[in-house]
Amino acid sequence: MMKRVLLFAAAKESVGQDSITVELPDTATVADLRKQLVSEYPVIRDLVARSFIAVDQQFASNDVLIADAKEIALIPPVSGG
Amino acid sequence: MVSITHNPIDTAAVLASVKDADCGANVLFVGTTRRMTGKRETTRLEYECYEEMARAKMMSLVDAARDRWPIVKTSIVHRVGVVEIGEASIAVAVSAAHRSASFDAASWLLERLKQEVPVWKREVWADGQEEWIHPQGEAAPVTKDDSDRDSTKATP
Repeated sequence: MMKRVLLFAAAKESVGQDSITVELPDTATVADLRKQLVSEYPVIRDLVARSFIAVDQQFASNDVLIADAKEIALIPPVSGG
Repeated sequence: MVSITHNPIDTAAVLASVKDADCGANVLFVGTTRRMTGKRETTRLEYECYEEMARAKMMSLVDAARDRWPIVKTSIVHRVGVVEIGEASIAVAVSAAHRSASFDAASWLLERLKQEVPVWKREVWADGQEEWIHPQGEAAPVTKDDSDRDSTKATP
């Protein structure tokens, strides 16, 4: 399955795009998505390790399956306020 | 009221929005762009957000604050885009019958917002450097069921 991942802040800047699309098996979890992101975009390896993954706008733990996800985002450590 | 705006924040309007006849304690926090961080000078800040999630997270923080304190009205406004020195990037207003609830709730809301609402700032320094700020440190609480009261730590 193809999954689009929204990028923000330093991740967006490093990759040069506001989203990326990765191919994953249907049984993929958040952890699998992290591995694929790092493998295809080594430039964000360190940031991915410090980021959360949001699935349908909820922070998701690594064991969450993403097959049904409508929107996935990489959430680097936040700095609002 | 929770909102994200590209425009300057009308802080008086944010405070007025929590006014209530039954409230004797109205707290307004305004976060502004600071010129100096130690010896380093900032030219401006630029904020971006994941808007739908940021708004949803702010609303769930307000709900969580209501469960913790007897607060009456709450407003959070976050500005995105360029925020010049001295201008407000965030305003949090809380009203309650008595001051302890409004002070505590406003402080808690701001701390939680800084930890888990998907908003990022880019620091543009006077020395010409620019950088996105992605703090090291404790991870945001992550919830499988969208309850911000759960504090199961997720692994980044």
